[in-house]
Amino acid sequence: MSTTTTGLRRAADVAKGDQLPPLTLKVTRRDLIRYSGISSDCNFIHYSDKRAKEAGLPGVIAHGLLTMGMVARIVTDWVGDPAAVIDYQARFGRPVVVPDDEAGTTIDVTAKVGLVNDDGTARVDVYAKCEGQLIFGRCYAIVRLA
Amino acid sequence: MSFVGRSYRLPWIYEVGRQNIIEFAYAVSDVNPVYRDPEAAKAIGHPDSVASPTFLSVLATRSHHVVTDDPDLGLDYSRMVHGAQRFVLHRPVRPGDRLTTTAHVDDITSRAGNDYLILRSEFATEEGEKVGTVVATLIVRGDGIGLAEGKDA
Repeated sequence: MSTTTTGLRRAADVAKGDQLPPLTLKVTRRDLIRYSGISSDCNFIHYSDKRAKEAGLPGVIAHGLLTMGMVARIVTDWVGDPAAVIDYQARFGRPVVVPDDEAGTTIDVTAKVGLVNDDGTARVDVYAKCEGQLIFGRCYAIVRLA
Repeated sequence: MSFVGRSYRLPWIYEVGRQNIIEFAYAVSDVNPVYRDPEAAKAIGHPDSVASPTFLSVLATRSHHVVTDDPDLGLDYSRMVHGAQRFVLHRPVRPGDRLTTTAHVDDITSRAGNDYLILRSEFATEEGEKVGTVVATLIVRGDGIGLAEGKDA
């Protein structure tokens, strides 16, 4: 058993270096529009290629917070309870360009346990790549374990 | 004068609806049932469904707008990019929470012609229970408008 009745992963079952099951995410323009609406971040770089290019970008890019929100699932699925994430942070390194087609783009996410603390928490280091390049400078979550 | 230390108590309460939590989870493509199904959340020990870890970004972004719209700071929103974000979650956000927001300008520095703003948004219940803290780094690209020195933009 790797989880308890509370759903939470047990500290005894977690060791530094453990790899989490990887995650592949698809991001399309539809996701960007939906996130703009829900987050009230309606910056034109998330919907207008023309204006994104005028701002010096290769094209429309995803919100950093959209990718950060999507990527969180690698941690929450593994730890067993989303509320076990008590700290989650990312540096937005490389913009995720989202083409104007059905395929959109793909983010490949891997993660590993970077540190197990003696207070019953662990640090999970997250690596998200788009077209082979890391999109976050640094990204990790601190999770509570059972 | 410097803008560091300035704070903004937002004049509204954000009432977290069950549907807000569900729609946010959908928007970040997270199909975990604990966001939409109270029974699934109860099965892992919660009194009700919970919000996903970055849910407070909705409220944080609104608080950033309040700061960046402050005419005293004179920021050019079109030159602003998001550099980093951190969510410190004191307890899960749940349906029915009525959250207050206070945004703080924690730091402003200028490096290589860019201005870096560290904005910290604190979310709490009306009774003062701390729920979450969101820290954002916003970067104003360009030749530096001298925010760090408190210079007029």
